Amino acid sequence: MFEIKNLHAGIDGKEVIKGLNLTVNPGEVHAIMGPNGSGKSTFSKVVAGHADYEVSEGQVLLDIHFKMKDILLLAPDERARNGVFLAFQYPTEVPGVNNLEFLRASFNATMREQGIQEMDATSFEAFVLKKIEFLGMKPDFLARQVNVDFSGGEKKRNEVLQMAVLSPRLCILDEIDSGLDVDSLKAVADGVNRLRSKENAFILITHYQRLLDYIVPDKVHIFNDGRIIKSGGKELAKEVETLGYDHLIH
Amino acid sequence: MSEAPLTNREYKYGFYTDIETEEFPKGLSESIIRKISAIKEEPDFILDFRLKAFRHWITLEEPKWANVKYPKIDFQDLKYYSAPKKKPQLSSLEEVDPDILETFERLGIPLSEQKRLSGVAVDAVFDSVSIMTTHKADLAKFGIYFGSLSEGVKEYPDIVKKYLGSVVPYKDNFYAALNSAVFSDGSLVYIPKGVRCPMDLSTYFRINARETGQFERTLIIAEEGSYVSYLEGCTAPMRDENQLHAAVVELVALRDAEIKYSTVQNWYAGDKEGKGGVYNFVTKRGLCKGDNSKISWTQVETGSSVTWKYPSVILQGDHSIGEFYSVALTNFKMQADTGTKMIHLGKNTTSKIVSKGITCDESIGTYRGQVRIAASAENARNYTCCDSMLVGDTSIACTVPYIEVKNKSAVVEHEASTSKISSDQIFYFKSRGIGEEEAISLLLNGFCRDVFNTLPAEFAVEAVKLLELKLENSVG
Repeated sequence: MFEIKNLHAGIDGKEVIKGLNLTVNPGEVHAIMGPNGSGKSTFSKVVAGHADYEVSEGQVLLDIHFKMKDILLLAPDERARNGVFLAFQYPTEVPGVNNLEFLRASFNATMREQGIQEMDATSFEAFVLKKIEFLGMKPDFLARQVNVDFSGGEKKRNEVLQMAVLSPRLCILDEIDSGLDVDSLKAVADGVNRLRSKENAFILITHYQRLLDYIVPDKVHIFNDGRIIKSGGKELAKEVETLGYDHLIH
Repeated sequence: MSEAPLTNREYKYGFYTDIETEEFPKGLSESIIRKISAIKEEPDFILDFRLKAFRHWITLEEPKWANVKYPKIDFQDLKYYSAPKKKPQLSSLEEVDPDILETFERLGIPLSEQKRLSGVAVDAVFDSVSIMTTHKADLAKFGIYFGSLSEGVKEYPDIVKKYLGSVVPYKDNFYAALNSAVFSDGSLVYIPKGVRCPMDLSTYFRINARETGQFERTLIIAEEGSYVSYLEGCTAPMRDENQLHAAVVELVALRDAEIKYSTVQNWYAGDKEGKGGVYNFVTKRGLCKGDNSKISWTQVETGSSVTWKYPSVILQGDHSIGEFYSVALTNFKMQADTGTKMIHLGKNTTSKIVSKGITCDESIGTYRGQVRIAASAENARNYTCCDSMLVGDTSIACTVPYIEVKNKSAVVEHEASTSKISSDQIFYFKSRGIGEEEAISLLLNGFCRDVFNTLPAEFAVEAVKLLELKLENSVG
């Protein structure tokens, strides 16, 4: 359902991703690990379509209506409406716009793309409240301005709430564990686990094995210098934890 | 996106209507003023007012304290009167030049019986004269006068004599003096005692002629216990040279009366390089003359290459309320120095100022506000909130509040904030499936909500669209 073929991409004329290949099937959770500067975050920005990054070669294919399409040809908002979701390492603050209206605009944009009837304000609020309950969150989230004055943990949980509302098919979580204490990490991981299904897939980008104790991956990939140097099962993450990246790189 | 359609979208009211006009030659002198007065068949007291103002004006210098820069204006190189050739104030639509009707139709202000807006009466002003006023007869049933000031002065000479220049004296400032000397047309609104005006009243100002200043003058009187909501809209053709607009607006609210004055300013603001556009030097002031009276200004400023404008309220009556809500958006090389003055004289008077400045490209937006609590103003209260939003890295936002308190019982609050629309924010929206246009709309609505909420509904929709269009060209 998601396949990256020989991807080369970079920023400011400098190549960061140097020939990346990856295949993700529905229902799978992949973890991407690697040292700082190995290109993990760049990979997530390129897939989401951030304008600062240039792709020089390769394809990023996503199953859209039973056909593999190169999403590099789509605008970032089109990619999102077709099921790609990037949970940000540092979610952006949006003063003046409250969570409920942000979620509704996002949800309805996706519905329009799919040719499904949009939801009115009342039905949407009821729909979101169910998601909030499902994730064990507090309803007062909705009235707050998007990510403004949120704690680190709240910001990450807000990303999970957006995921729950949009039901994307491919979720890329960029260091969702960074800056979280154990309780917040558990809460975020619990939310993600609840959202896992046979239809969707997750790519977790992380430095640490700790996250993978809570969200157990099917596959682990080690990133270095813009490509995957080793893939394996969840035991590969343990190996990194004990021996460090250097051991794998050299 | 190609360049051409973008340019068109920048300002869709930039067309020019080619009609025959009667114009006075360039230059300003007592004889020009006498000619203006004569062509308008004015009573002597008006001519007298004009001449006094003119004699005072020639002793004055242009104000220099505002945070704006523009080349010196040659006031002798302007025309002070321009009117369509046909007879100006008309009893029926058939007599109106069809080109002018079409002009207003293109501006979204249909004047014909079938198409005119039902919930709002419109006074259409084209260059120096009022073309026509809709719903005039309906309003007359309530004893309300709404129409051109030139005609109104004939029907209500005593009212005009009593109030003209009573809130903004001709000696007030350079532009007020100039306006008092040469004012062309504008609206007169008179709401009798105890009447709640059944519809919104709206004046639409259109500058068409070249090298002609527009100097309209509006006077609104709300008698005891009355209420009126008044809207003002403006546009002008796109031209390379600058056009001068120097208006005066005076509002008088008597005991228990309320006046709500809303403006959506969309003069041509010049091109990307800052060439052309309207110089908007306007004096707007309201007097809460009676106890428990209320005056509320709402303005959405999107146009003018240079703006110099401070809609103010003098809170003279006890328990009177003054409000100022403003959104000022500047882009390209526009300069806006705008804000308000709240002058508290009466006891238990309250004022509220909410100013939202959005600056884009290389523009400069300045909020300049004064809150003055006189010694007589026991228990006065003011709340000011001043927010700036910067779009891009090259614009400048300034806030210049003046607070003067002469009574110990006063409570004055001032809050200010600065934020920025960043490409990161836009990317965040996009990564959630929300397109750029909708993202900007959400951000803008969020930032300006407190002001938009005070606008009449249809006006608010128009204002939001206008701002979105301007912002789209500057974000990205």
